[in-house]
Amino acid sequence: MSDTAIRSDRAAATPPLGWRAPTTESRTTKAVLIAAAMFFLALFLLVPLLVVFVEAFSAGLPAFLKGLSDPDTIAAIKLTLLVAAISVPANCLFGVCAAWAIAKYEFRGKTILMTLIDLPFSVSPVIAGLIYVILFGSQGYLGPWLKAHDIQIIFAFPGIVLATTFVTFPFVARELIPLMQEQGTHEEEAAVSLGASGLQTFLRVTLPNIKWGLMYGVLLCNARAMGEFGAVSVVSGHVRGETNTMPLQIEILYNDYQWVAAFAVASLLALLALVTLIVKTVLEWRFGHELANGPR
Amino acid sequence: MSATAAISTRPASWRTWRRPSVIPGFGITFGFTLTYLSLIVLIPLAALVLRTTELSWQDYWAIATNDRVLASLKLSFGAAAIGAVLNTVFGLIVAWVLVRYEFTGKRVIDAIVDLPFALPTAVAGIALTAIFDKNGWIGKPLDAFGIEVAYTWLGVVVALTFIGLPFVVRTLQPVIVELDREIEEAAATLGAARFQAITRVILPSLLPALLTGFVLALARGVGEYGSVVFIAGNIPYKTEITPLLIVIRLTEFDYSGATAIATVMLALSFLMFLTINIIQAWARRRFGHV
Repeated sequence: MSDTAIRSDRAAATPPLGWRAPTTESRTTKAVLIAAAMFFLALFLLVPLLVVFVEAFSAGLPAFLKGLSDPDTIAAIKLTLLVAAISVPANCLFGVCAAWAIAKYEFRGKTILMTLIDLPFSVSPVIAGLIYVILFGSQGYLGPWLKAHDIQIIFAFPGIVLATTFVTFPFVARELIPLMQEQGTHEEEAAVSLGASGLQTFLRVTLPNIKWGLMYGVLLCNARAMGEFGAVSVVSGHVRGETNTMPLQIEILYNDYQWVAAFAVASLLALLALVTLIVKTVLEWRFGHELANGPR
Repeated sequence: MSATAAISTRPASWRTWRRPSVIPGFGITFGFTLTYLSLIVLIPLAALVLRTTELSWQDYWAIATNDRVLASLKLSFGAAAIGAVLNTVFGLIVAWVLVRYEFTGKRVIDAIVDLPFALPTAVAGIALTAIFDKNGWIGKPLDAFGIEVAYTWLGVVVALTFIGLPFVVRTLQPVIVELDREIEEAAATLGAARFQAITRVILPSLLPALLTGFVLALARGVGEYGSVVFIAGNIPYKTEITPLLIVIRLTEFDYSGATAIATVMLALSFLMFLTINIIQAWARRRFGHV
């Protein structure tokens, strides 16, 4: 009896056809806005992504593979991996240290330190390359000294690593600082008071708490490290097969009118971007509460 | 007793500078942070500033206000501003649709908004050039109307719109989520039509986030290099952006010229950074949120 009463109540509560809550838009407006959003995103995101793969395979699979098997291209792929293998762990170590110092302690000047850590994001990539040329280039401050000791940094491997490290500098720190600040210091204090050493506290208490955030930061850091163009272009010297990373190799192939080869290399980097986005999204869905919140 | 004595022997400034903590490791992590930050970021940037001070004020002014430099700054800022306006308008729609509406494929679309952050700029550059070239998918139909995009200033706008796309969306999304639905309900019960509620109640409270997103997109666009150089055509005085001019000066081994232009750009991006902070301070006072 009461069951049917509830049911009829519910039926009465169902709004009549064509009714709309006063705090939302009409169906037509919704459809128009969704269509406008889709159009904009399709034009600026989907089409460019699609064209990379279409052009890469425009002459068939053999041409695609031939484009990738050029020795200079293979050297570029190896160089890109090697540079990322140095820059990313370095910035990862820095990010963890900076987050530990900033999140677990209270000291003066913390805001300034955090602003300085974010600084590389507001510097043009070209300027990121330029500052190392000013310091280590042949006419730079340390140029004569480096030459006397037969050390080459600019137009060589160390310069590429430095420039890449600069542009990817804040990624891990920026993810970990808010996350560790949110988590507070209670667990670490408990561990220390129970006799754990600093390293034990970090490895057994802090690290399990921040592992997904750390992975998130490393993921974004790596994507930028492998794809950086402007900063690396300034310090690389563009020696084919020696100091060209994948993005620089794309530029060279493109300017040589090797269209298919250029897009073949580009498709590898586009694939990396897609994998990065997928892993990032999975991390956000699955472990969203274990990541730092706020806009990204 | 001895512990208190040990603490009191420390200089007063040290104690007030940092609050004592039982957690070990401050010295090593803070020391490493400061050293690494100095070596990678601060010292090289200081070298750039130092290099500029070697120029006389007249020389610096002559380089900074050189016709070619001014033309490039006009293009960089103009194109970045148009791109940022486009991104503000469409970014608002995208963010609104993603937060408030339910539709199929929403999560995929939400994820793909970050593509410009993940896709290397050189890849974006050649892809956009291929699309907007006279024979490209979009360039061809536009060419029929006499509109040329690739190798003109419009190409620069396209590239900078792509690069700045995520900023407005990602700044707005959390703010729209936090919007108080009760205020909208109040507006509705007080007789406001939905359109009035949006323009008079919702948009004003989104304004700080919109402005922040706009400036972020603008700042990113002004410094952008990789995606632009492919599509711009790079004709001096016409389609040459400021970062490219720095690269050209460097290849001419004109370090002073490159440094002077770079510091102009750094000063301008510092100004934009300051603007964001002012907007956010104002928003906190006015709306109680950012």
